[in-house]
Amino acid sequence: MRTILLIVQKEFRQIFRNKTMLPVIFIVPIVQLVLLVYAATLDMKNINLYIIDNDLSGASRDLVSKFESSPFFRITEEGFSLKNAESKLFSNDADAILNIQSGFEKRLYRENNSEVLLIIDAVNSLKAGLSNVYGTSVIRDFNQEYIKDKGKSVLTVMKAPKSIEITRQFWYNQELNFKYYMAPGILGILVTMIGMFLTAINIVREKEMGTIEQINVTPIVKYQFLIGKLLPFLIIALFELGFGLLLIKILYGVPMLGSIPLLFAFVASYLFVIIGFGLLLSTLADTQQQVMFLTFFFMIVFILMSGIFTPAESMPVWAQKVNILNPMAYFLRVVRLVLLKGSGIMAIAKDWIYITVYGVIILSLAILRYRKVS
Amino acid sequence: MVTDSNIIRIKNVSRKFGNVKALNHINLAIEKGLLFGLIGPDGAGKTTLLRLITTLLLPDEGKITVDGFDTNKDYKEIRKFIGYMPGRFSLYQDLSVEENLNFYATIFNVTVKENYHLIRDVFIYLEPFKKRLAKNLSGGMKQKLALSCALIHNPKILILDEPTTGVDAVSRKEFWENLKQLQKLNMTVLVSTPYMDEASMCDKVALIQSGTIMEYNTPAQIVSGYQKHLKAVRSENMHALLTDLREYPGCESAYLFGQYVHYTSEEKQTVPDQLTSFLVQKGHTEIQVLDIEPNIEDCFIASSAGIPNHTENIK
Repeated sequence: MRTILLIVQKEFRQIFRNKTMLPVIFIVPIVQLVLLVYAATLDMKNINLYIIDNDLSGASRDLVSKFESSPFFRITEEGFSLKNAESKLFSNDADAILNIQSGFEKRLYRENNSEVLLIIDAVNSLKAGLSNVYGTSVIRDFNQEYIKDKGKSVLTVMKAPKSIEITRQFWYNQELNFKYYMAPGILGILVTMIGMFLTAINIVREKEMGTIEQINVTPIVKYQFLIGKLLPFLIIALFELGFGLLLIKILYGVPMLGSIPLLFAFVASYLFVIIGFGLLLSTLADTQQQVMFLTFFFMIVFILMSGIFTPAESMPVWAQKVNILNPMAYFLRVVRLVLLKGSGIMAIAKDWIYITVYGVIILSLAILRYRKVS
Repeated sequence: MVTDSNIIRIKNVSRKFGNVKALNHINLAIEKGLLFGLIGPDGAGKTTLLRLITTLLLPDEGKITVDGFDTNKDYKEIRKFIGYMPGRFSLYQDLSVEENLNFYATIFNVTVKENYHLIRDVFIYLEPFKKRLAKNLSGGMKQKLALSCALIHNPKILILDEPTTGVDAVSRKEFWENLKQLQKLNMTVLVSTPYMDEASMCDKVALIQSGTIMEYNTPAQIVSGYQKHLKAVRSENMHALLTDLREYPGCESAYLFGQYVHYTSEEKQTVPDQLTSFLVQKGHTEIQVLDIEPNIEDCFIASSAGIPNHTENIK
């Protein structure tokens, strides 16, 4: 016990003496949580729209002003030639073109039916999809007003049933505030990164600097050494969690409905997996540089598959199965459940059991391999 | 047979790294209280042998016991009473002198205060820099700190891997003085070194080459066991002299040694006059041929003559 404490003390001394470590611990969370939460938002605003209105009628002007007043669209230019508009689309000055041909109003009244063309730049398919949805909803609004005004059905874009009105209620995040969803995710990246990178680098460092040689000829036993080295990073990662929670509460007012101690307890189990991974990777490398690359690879896979940016449910079934092995997927699920939904221990029990078993397996594997290698 | 006075016994030990045989059937018994020198060039297997003794490596074949404990089974016991100073500085660079020393003392359950008498002669130079981080120390100071940390728990056996490599002549001398002092405290000291001239500082030396121990004896006995007649030759053109001597009939070995070429021949005795006239014929001037006493390096070269991998640059 005394030996473990001695090593923990030594580790903390070295960590706080390291000029890059302190900024990593304190500045990185602030930057990530401030910058990334805003940057990673999926809310679409300011879709640049090019208007071609060759009809110049009352109806066409009504439609254009509907787009103008939508918060999602910004009319950047108006013109009469499709060629011109296309070149703007090509040069990225416009994201979409609304093409109203002449005779739009006439046909609307005579045939109860008319057409407009919405051309969308689909290089970014997500953005294109959202532009389409927003665009159709603007046109649907226009339709409904025309039905009311003239008693006539109009545009074919969407045949809205007249009798059914849909009201939506978004539970657990009523305003669909994307930051509530994103901030806990970024927090997950943060805690995982600190836990995995720092652990892996720190252990390889002893190897690279040769200091392990001197330690190995002392009566220090492997388990004492490992606990002494891993414990500080468990503590630091949990500190990061607390620090991060405080930040997202202050910055975004993310609701924290569930029990915070419960969250900490879960994350502690989660960190066994992460630190185990760090240790495992450290046994595969001889230098800090090598282990950085290895860790980076796993981080990227974990992050992108975790469902932080895109819902995990939208991934193919096999990918969702693979996610059983992705510790971050558990973290994100649980942190969102506990914070936003206020879930209790029963709701996260399954994830918790899985992650605990996972932790035991990974950590034993890592320790076995560590003993074999050194 | 080995007696109880042998604190380290190495029996028929071999160790390979991949396809490279680092050590080849080594047998060695080192007596208690000895200042033992393991002498050989780079790559001879010195570090491997020391790492085997310190339990950092296990032999592929054979057995090593340290004070009766097997390095394979009882490594935990052995680690309690050995002090090891690796060839490369292996203390924490980002801890201060004091912190490093305290760390290693605490691991071994001792305090710096109770064992200060052991390190006083060495540590006295470090006192003014107690608060300085190890990485900011000079090479000689680092080495003194490493020695202090290896000594602080009063080990029975102190094992030093090339402690004097890259150290200036004055510090080297000081260092050997320190080791002599430690020996008086009943410590067995094992030192490896590539410097042949340091052999005379040891009680006993083992000459190692290509993973084989060639000789193991006191420096005096190794020298007196030298069978050949050694001559030191010089002329104004040393490079040509070396080539010419190697062409001289009956030449066994000729190698540069300081300002002379050391020369031995297959015949019992080379008549100096004949050799001189041969050299005059070859156009040398200022020729000097002296009969000299061999030193350890001559012995080393003589015994390694039959061993491959080293002889190509000697003949």
